[in-house]
Order: sequence, then structure tokens, then C-alpha cells
Amino acid sequence: MISVEGLGKRYRIGGLRARSGTLRETLSTIPVLVWRRLKGRGRLVSEDFWALKEVSFEVEAGEVVGIIGRNGAGKSTLLKILSGITEPTEGRAVLRGRVGSLLEVGTGFHPELTGRENIYLSGAILGMRKAEIDKKFDEIVEFSGIEKFLDTPAKRYSSGMYVRLGFAVAAHLEPEILIIDEVLAVGDAEFQKKCLDKMGDVVKGGRTILFVSHNMGAITRLCQRTLLLEDGHLVMSGPSSEVTAHYLAGTAGMFAERVWPDLSTAPGNQVARLSAIRIRKDGGEISDTLEIRQPFTVEVEYRCLQEGARLVPNLHFFNDNGICVFISHNNWDREWYRRPHPEGLFKSVCHLPGNYFAEGRFTIMAAVGTINPTETHAVCRDAVSFQVVDHSEGDGARGDLATSYGGIVRPLLEWGTTVMEKDEAASG
Amino acid sequence: MSDEQRALTKIISPGRGSFWGELLECWRNREFLGFLAWRDVKVRYSQTVLGMAWAVIQPLTHMVIFTMIFNKVAGLQSPEGIPYPVYTFAALLPWQLFTTALTRSSESVVAEARLLTKVYFPRLLVPFSAMSVGLIDFCVSFVILLLMMVGYGITPSWTIVFLPLFVLLTLMTALAVGLFLAAMNAKYRDFRHVVPFMISIWMFITPVAYPASAIIRKIPAGWGWIYNLNPMTGVVEGFRWALVGQTGLAPGMLAVSSAAVVVVFILGLMYFRRMERSFADVL
Repeated sequence: MISVEGLGKRYRIGGLRARSGTLRETLSTIPVLVWRRLKGRGRLVSEDFWALKEVSFEVEAGEVVGIIGRNGAGKSTLLKILSGITEPTEGRAVLRGRVGSLLEVGTGFHPELTGRENIYLSGAILGMRKAEIDKKFDEIVEFSGIEKFLDTPAKRYSSGMYVRLGFAVAAHLEPEILIIDEVLAVGDAEFQKKCLDKMGDVVKGGRTILFVSHNMGAITRLCQRTLLLEDGHLVMSGPSSEVTAHYLAGTAGMFAERVWPDLSTAPGNQVARLSAIRIRKDGGEISDTLEIRQPFTVEVEYRCLQEGARLVPNLHFFNDNGICVFISHNNWDREWYRRPHPEGLFKSVCHLPGNYFAEGRFTIMAAVGTINPTETHAVCRDAVSFQVVDHSEGDGARGDLATSYGGIVRPLLEWGTTVMEKDEAASG
Repeated sequence: MSDEQRALTKIISPGRGSFWGELLECWRNREFLGFLAWRDVKVRYSQTVLGMAWAVIQPLTHMVIFTMIFNKVAGLQSPEGIPYPVYTFAALLPWQLFTTALTRSSESVVAEARLLTKVYFPRLLVPFSAMSVGLIDFCVSFVILLLMMVGYGITPSWTIVFLPLFVLLTLMTALAVGLFLAAMNAKYRDFRHVVPFMISIWMFITPVAYPASAIIRKIPAGWGWIYNLNPMTGVVEGFRWALVGQTGLAPGMLAVSSAAVVVVFILGLMYFRRMERSFADVL
């Protein structure tokens, strides 16, 4: 159904030839190029970066294949090539059947159009014919649960409604080959479950599916086989449980630290680039397993490349369901907050209290930006992650309760109780 | 493998596919083209108080100004029997269609950046669908023109049957240039500043406010064809000819203009196809 042979994708990065820009910028590099040539440094411009290299695999009809790997491993690039959005630099892929790709929820929605209109638009964009959408319209509306707002412009929708409607349309797509990128990482837990159930139905429907996700549970449940990508190479392919286990074992402990030794490939632009992110236990040891009661720190190392940039590092904490727990930036850092940074390497440390996060896995998005104008210069989603474990013995927020204890955060709060009124009659 | 399956087999490899393959792909996606066009029109008229009126306000204003300045003050005359306002409005119609279509198509690729990086469809559909709003605006203005002609007691000539041909020529001209600009805009965002500038210059070398003959008379004999290289010269004079049946549309003028359009269109198509491969990477 799908056969991929030696697929590779090269991006030109850094150097003088920006990937996009204004004509003026391009023209202004000409003197530099000429100068370099005169100085005899023959080959100039850019370094090559292979987002994908020599990837080959086959997928049989009706197979559901998961794709996992760390960020930047080439998963999205692979899906983009197979969807036809971007072109490979080398190799080839043959897909036999109608291909539908779902790289984003709500692809093509227009905020000015109503829900009804957007169902048609998005359906058409995802490759459905009008007759097909007509036929499934009621089903789509029912799945989304937004009947009442069908004739309201989408701009008045909450983000939850937007996602529901988007997924509802996508879930009713019926191509022979379905390519899905992490769309389940949105919406609330309940809706995610609904999506996973629907995906389960789709899987049973005998379609060929390629599914990228960070959710190892979903991968093992839905896919018989999984491919593991690392730095653009396909390093493992096999039964999902084996591949996910290998991946998790290989990355255990690695989640707590992320270092970019090479400035040119580090996330960022000409103003600032990330250099490292680390999670340290109270004692200073790098660790991604944290005890619920212990405070810890998150360090962001970044390089300022533009003299005087007023850099503001910030951290975004997400829980397992993709919900943003909170965002923090260094506004209480008296010395450096919004102060002009000289060129150089900086380390900002964020101190997190014990008894704050709930049990579970949290991922951190790290970014460096400037405020006024608000601009993000360097950002890394899923930069690092950590597991919070509760080993408390009656001295934590859950106290003596041993049962499951919900919530996104688990603060230890002070309580007080006073007697308002004694019920004499009841006490006799 | 059945024929249908063969048609659905997609081979992805570096380098572009065949030109005809892409055109076929566009044809298969004609329904999608319709959806994109419909969305643009819908969005354009949502949340506007005057709605369709905007389509006529601009050419009407131009007509009034042209009549006052070029006709009353500068003394430019329209040919015998056609009032100047009708004469110039008949030219402003295709001109407005041209500018709207050109502006929108040249911005189209950047405007659809989100879509282009998230789904695959033949990229050529993007500048094509951008024509829709101009076409709807044109239809509205056309009704106004017909009303004006009734008001002035002018009967349209039988040559009006050729009008669709000139509409097509206008769209092709806009698209020809639009394809270039759309692809360039994707890579170099400053091309967006070129468009308004280009349009205002282009208007003066197009016989919108004056008859083409007024210019051609001044050009040394044998060099008049240079003026006709501007495809809009043929279109604008053609519109007047189709509507009121007179004025000087020389067949030679039309031939030169049409040939120029075809050449630019093919070049634009080639350039767009060369650039479209990297859209998802540069947007």
C-alpha cells in the first residue's frame, strides 16, 4: 500500500541564504558573498541539515503503523512528504490509494464562516467531495456536539468547540490511506478519549494508517507496528510494545536534560538561541523523576546574539493531556528582567516549590522572547519532561488517602475550621 | 490493479511531475477550486454594511473623477455618440476586474500559507481561486453599466456576445502576472509593495481614461504595436467595442495583445511551477 525507499529531505539552514525573507535581505547579502569569494573562501552559504535520511519501509494494506521519536527526529517531515505537502530531496515513495492527511485539527477553518460552512470547507480541503459531505453532514454535527452553534461564525467558538468540530470533520474522512500527526494532543481529556475511541473504530475499519504520536499508550493500543525515528534515520521497526519499550528505555533520564552543542542548529533566530534546558532536583542532580514534596529547579541556558536585546526567558508547563498548567517568565528577576542583554551565554533558573504539581508526567516548553513588541525568538516544545511521583507518608497534600487523587496541581494548603453553631437538639 | 487504483497511485519523488499531470490534477480538484472561490466571496461580503455596494463604489468614483478631470478640465473627448462617463466606465469595468484579480492572486500564496503547509492540493488552484472575488464584483458593476446605458439611451451592440471573450482575456492577463508575483511573494515578502505601484503605472499606459487612438496617433508609424503589447490595451478597447460596437479596436491590436498575454501566461505558469515545490518550506 505504501512503499518508501531511501527517502531523504535536506533543509538549508543558517548561513547567509535565509529560507525566506525580503528581497532587500537577499540583495544585501550579495556584497558579503562577493567579499567572501574575493577572499578566496570558495564555498560559502549554508550548511545542510538532513531532516530525514535514507528512510525505507513498507506498509501493507490495512496495517496501522505508529511513528515515534523525539522532537526533531523527522516524524513531521516524513508525514509532510508522504502527504505531498513538501518534496523529498532524494528517494521515492509510492502510495496506492486515496490519501487523506490530518496534520492539524480544523485545517482550513475560516473564522468568519459559520460552523455549517466550515464543515463543507474543511471537508473539501481534506479531500471529501461535496456529495460525500452532504451524506455525512448530520453524523459530523452529532459527533462534534455543536448543533446549537451550527450557524454561528466560528470566530465566536471556544477553542474546545473549534477542536471538536475540526476533529468531527476529520474523523469522517474515508480515504484508503490516512496520515495522522498528533492531532489527539488537543482538547480536554474526555474529548481525547472520544477521539481515541473513534480512531479505534477507524482502525478496525481496515484502513491503512500512519500515526505519529507522543502518547505511547495510544500507540501501543492502536498500532500493531511502530517505527522509531532518530535524527532523521529509521532506527527500529517492529511490534509496537517492543519499539515503545525500547524508546522509553533509551530515553529514560534523558528527558531531564536537553543540550544544543551546535549553535547553528539550536532553536532560535538571529536574536537569541537556546543552548540547554535542565531539570535539577533539590540537591542539584539532573533528574526527570521528582518527588512530589521536593522543590526543584529548571534551568534555561540561552545565547544572546544581538547586543542589547531585552530577552525574557519563559517556561510553559503542560500535563499529559496537553493542558497548559501554567506559564512563568522571569518577571521577578530584578536584575535581568527586560534588561538589555549583552551578547553572550546566559543561564536563568526557575525555582519550583515542592507540593505543587500533581502526580504524573509534565512537559516543558522553553522559550526566549522579548516583550513589547512581543516576539518569540527561540522556542522548543517538549524541551524536557519530568515525572512527579508521590512518596509522601501522610505529609503530602493527599494526606493518608491512598486512593487515586485527581487534579492537575496538588498544593498543600492550609485549612482551618471553626464551629459556627452547635445543634443542641440533635446532640440531645 | 484496476484503472481507478492506477489513477490513485501516487508516486512521490524529487523533481516535478509532468505539466499535464498537474493540469489533470487541477481538473480533478475543480470542486475544491469552487469551494475556495466560494469561501473568498463569502468572507469578502460577511460583516460589511454595504456588502455588494463596495464592488461599485470604486469604479463609480473613478468614473466621476475621470469625467471631471479628463473630460471637463483636460478636454479629452470620447468618440462621437458615446457619453464620456459610459465610455470610461466601460473601460473601468475590465480594469477593476484586472486589478482585483491581480492583487488577490499575487497575495494568494502567502495568504494561504497555513493551508499550503498543512494539506496537499494542486498549488495552482490558489491563484486561480483568487479570481473569484473580482469576478463577482465585476458582475455587480456590469449591472450598473447596463443601467447607465439605459439611462443614456444607448442600445448595446450585437458585438456584446464577444464580451465573455474579453473577460477571459482580462482574467488571463491578471493571472499571468499574478502567478509570477504570487510565487515571488512567497519567497520575498516585499513584492507585495510592488503591486499597487505597478497597478497605478499600468493604468496610465492603458486606455482607461482616454481612447487608445489618442496615444497611437502620437507614436511614429510602424511602432504602434509596442503600445499594444500591453494586453490591457486590447482588452479595454475590446470591451468598448463589444459594448457599444464602435471605437477603434483594430484586429491587429487585439492579436498583439493576446499574443503578449499567452506568452506571459506560459512564463508565469512555468515560474510558478518551478517555485511551488518549495512553498511549504519557505512559507
